[in-house]
Amino acid sequence: MNRIAAGVLFLAACAQPPAAGGVSPRQMADALFTVLSADRTVYTTRVVNRLQNVDKVVKATEHFEDDKALPLPAQMFRMGAELSSKKTEAFTYALLSPWAINKQNVPKTEVEKAGLTKVTQTGEAFYSEEKLGGKSYFTAVYPDRAVSPACVQCHNAHADSPRSDFKENDVMGGVVIRIAMN
Amino acid sequence: MVAGWAVISVGIVGVVAVPHLRGGEGRRIHLPGATTDGHYQIETDCGACHTPFDGVRQDACTRCHAQELEAAKDSHPLSKFTDPRNAERTASLDARLCITCHREHLPHETERFGVTLPADFCKSCHSDIATERPSHAGFPFEGCSAVGCHKFHDNRALYEDFIAHHLDEPDTVAAPRLPPRKPAARATPATAPDRDGDPALVRDWLETAHARAGVNCGKCHAADGAWDDHPGRAACARCHADQAAGFLAGRHGMRLAAGMSPMSPAMARLPMRADARERVLGCTSCHGAHRFDVERAATTACLGCHADEHSLAHRASPHARAGVSCAACHLPRTDGVPQHNQNDNLRPREKMVRSVCLGCHGLAFSLAALADDALVRNNFVGRPRTALDTFDMVRARLKQRRKP
Repeated sequence: MNRIAAGVLFLAACAQPPAAGGVSPRQMADALFTVLSADRTVYTTRVVNRLQNVDKVVKATEHFEDDKALPLPAQMFRMGAELSSKKTEAFTYALLSPWAINKQNVPKTEVEKAGLTKVTQTGEAFYSEEKLGGKSYFTAVYPDRAVSPACVQCHNAHADSPRSDFKENDVMGGVVIRIAMN
Repeated sequence: MVAGWAVISVGIVGVVAVPHLRGGEGRRIHLPGATTDGHYQIETDCGACHTPFDGVRQDACTRCHAQELEAAKDSHPLSKFTDPRNAERTASLDARLCITCHREHLPHETERFGVTLPADFCKSCHSDIATERPSHAGFPFEGCSAVGCHKFHDNRALYEDFIAHHLDEPDTVAAPRLPPRKPAARATPATAPDRDGDPALVRDWLETAHARAGVNCGKCHAADGAWDDHPGRAACARCHADQAAGFLAGRHGMRLAAGMSPMSPAMARLPMRADARERVLGCTSCHGAHRFDVERAATTACLGCHADEHSLAHRASPHARAGVSCAACHLPRTDGVPQHNQNDNLRPREKMVRSVCLGCHGLAFSLAALADDALVRNNFVGRPRTALDTFDMVRARLKQRRKP
């Protein structure tokens, strides 16, 4: 919910004329990523890794409802993206990777492909603009790193994962944030 | 001459407009085509779906169906189609709107689940499925959902890991079980009636869970102070809100939910008993009054109206012999409370697997039985004629995944 609130606040800020002190799409995307990344890191390290890998009291699984378990960090992130998309069309965010377990989440648009290539090779953010479905978007791609052993263990062990050699702090994919320009 | 045309015009307008303005069943003459089985009950309430000068708005669909889709863990939620990265797919199949796939009044184009698209519609987004799943190469897209493997919305009993978890189960489990009843509350000391009344009615009431729980005459007949000889649905809903909501969401109660007269067997498209035609559906039509016999409500009440092949075959079916009532499958209990929307686990039939079938049967047997229309019609007398390939495909996938 923090992420949605942050997004809504930034949208309100962007509604102001882009005079001195205004918020550019890039600043907005950077701010959204800061909040998204912080929330997910906290969930991954303080909730999933602690409860599953350290205290070993509950597992995090893909079918968490059937298994009475915790949602995986990537699922938590996607559920937030889905909920946020119900509230506003002004921005969207997604977690993509060239090594996605679910093939629906591999980069698809040209900007996504270029962005994921850059973040996985350099670890630096990538910014561009693209037109999708007749609408223009400012698109930012940020590196998504393995912030805890839970990320690495799960992705390396998953039968559908194309890679099994991830290490902590590796860039495993990218967070793609799109800001609607019109 | 002009006056004559005016009279004729007014007459024509009157013939068309009067039935519409008067509402009710008279509006049926304006229907452009037969409605689907899911909507015919409310077809004369045009406003339930149509907004004047604005067609069928999306919220007309979501008012009734959004909650169901949420519960179904919809495999194709709105967010998939509003995501800009899927704009190209949305342009090809705009599933942001229910009416893209489910158009009404088109009986000759309507398939199962009220779908009005060609049966190979999955192809518009999944044409490259064989790349990800080589085992699917050559499968016709018309078969994706038709053969019981995938559904567009609800795949809770069909996803790969669920099937893998239930591989190699026996047809019938060693210790079959139905979901338990919620223990009824008991008042101490035992309740005595708070009104004098017909001794037979009082005797009936004394045998009920109502009496045991201290729910006395006045609780239903005088809930608002004044005595009411025939308390209605609202009296039941005061204590049984979940059941009342389920009833209104299903085909038995959807007319009442739309503010129309109650459903009756005479209106039904399914075959019904001739002597039940004029009954009207409410709580007491199945539960009776005073005695509230849940055993009667679980089978006898259903068979008092329903006269289709499946219903007529129940008494002689293996399910009936094992003590499985109509309600056990069609009004399954969750946390002890029966779901009173008897259609909730029928769209698609595979929804019944998790809430009902797996209590007694293995997944492969259950899915094969539900996919066999003849077996469904005869109320599961016999075995499924065809085993689903799905299970062998999942076995092969697991074997492939285990390779280093």
